Amino acid sequence: MAVFHVVNRTTGDRFRCEEDQSVLKAMELVGKKCVPVGCRGGGCGFCKIRVVEGEFRCGKMSKAHCPPEALDKGEVLACRIYPRTDLMIECMPQPAAPLAEQTKTKP
Amino acid sequence: MKKGVMRPGHVQIRVLDIEEAVKHYTDLMGLIETDRDEQGRVYLKAWTEVDKFSVVLVEADEPGCDFMGFKVVDEAALVQLEKDLVAYGLDVEQIPEGELKDCGRRIRFTVPSGHAFELYADKLYTGKWGVTEVNPEAWPRGLSGMKAVRFDHCLFYGPELAAVYDIFVNVLGFHLAEQVLDPEGTRIAQFLTVSMKEHDIAFIHHEEKGKFHHASFFLETWEDVLRAADLISMTDTSIDIGPTRHGLTHGKTIYFFDPSGNRNEVFCGGDYTYPDHKPVTWQAEQLGKAIFYHDRQLNERFLTVLT
Repeated sequence: MAVFHVVNRTTGDRFRCEEDQSVLKAMELVGKKCVPVGCRGGGCGFCKIRVVEGEFRCGKMSKAHCPPEALDKGEVLACRIYPRTDLMIECMPQPAAPLAEQTKTKP
Repeated sequence: MKKGVMRPGHVQIRVLDIEEAVKHYTDLMGLIETDRDEQGRVYLKAWTEVDKFSVVLVEADEPGCDFMGFKVVDEAALVQLEKDLVAYGLDVEQIPEGELKDCGRRIRFTVPSGHAFELYADKLYTGKWGVTEVNPEAWPRGLSGMKAVRFDHCLFYGPELAAVYDIFVNVLGFHLAEQVLDPEGTRIAQFLTVSMKEHDIAFIHHEEKGKFHHASFFLETWEDVLRAADLISMTDTSIDIGPTRHGLTHGKTIYFFDPSGNRNEVFCGGDYTYPDHKPVTWQAEQLGKAIFYHDRQLNERFLTVLT
């Protein structure tokens, strides 16, 4: 079983990740919190990161959060990537939800 | 039920991998697969439900909820509700009989929070699973995992709660059972029912339209909720929070995620309501306790992790 190192260059955190382990799972197992944990299923986009260096395999991810143009920039969900080499990652700013007007309701 | 809307009937959930999802909803949650169709959709039900299906899984490249459907008492009620929705100013789409297998015609409309709902009067009556109609035993043997009793409700996140309230209460005949009010008196959460349950559907204010928070399934006892928690660990399923109790509804609960990141709840207990009950009100300043009665503080994930 190959084991690789993942470095989060935004926070300086470093942890080990096995080749069949998602980066998020490996991070959670060692108790680090340098990537936000959401659904862990590729659906919510909460754990979006950018991979700056290294190769990885991707599982299925929501197209809403990882469209092809994001993938091309290395923007992926940490819960759905599995390392093939050591990885350098960085945090992404959380996307702001599109604004909608709140209608006032009196009780 | 004064307008003829009877109960939650079905929910169509988008998943990234259909077979992984079927395994989750059947092996872990204990739903029963009842059919598949040529679109590749998989139909499931919980054992106490009398109609053929309540959950429809469909493979897509983005998880979430396509629509939730409510069963109405009969065709006459469906015709009247359709007129009322059109008169209110909503676009109503006709879905022909059989588009969902063994389901009668449906009408579909989207409310200002961005969520699609359906009404229908007919679905194939297959009876409770694994027990006879006459002299039934207490429960069927051969159920899997959490042995979910029924599909109970959904919680949606979106804007325009006042307009959504108006449609559900004044057009569809729902009753406000519980609410959360901010200091200005703006309703930021509304729990609506057509039954004695504290919610058949709930909405929490969120700026982005059309978000799906969870689909919820009923269990009988707290022991069943603890056992569900054990199964979540045994299967290394992604947990959200629990077992704990809600302030809102006072239900005892655990939240977790399906393999595509859609949130599920199994819960037991909860308060009851009648149409003469005033809504139970929680203040937004107490939102932590309203949502997680024991921790008394919110976790960010509950408010922001959605599909």
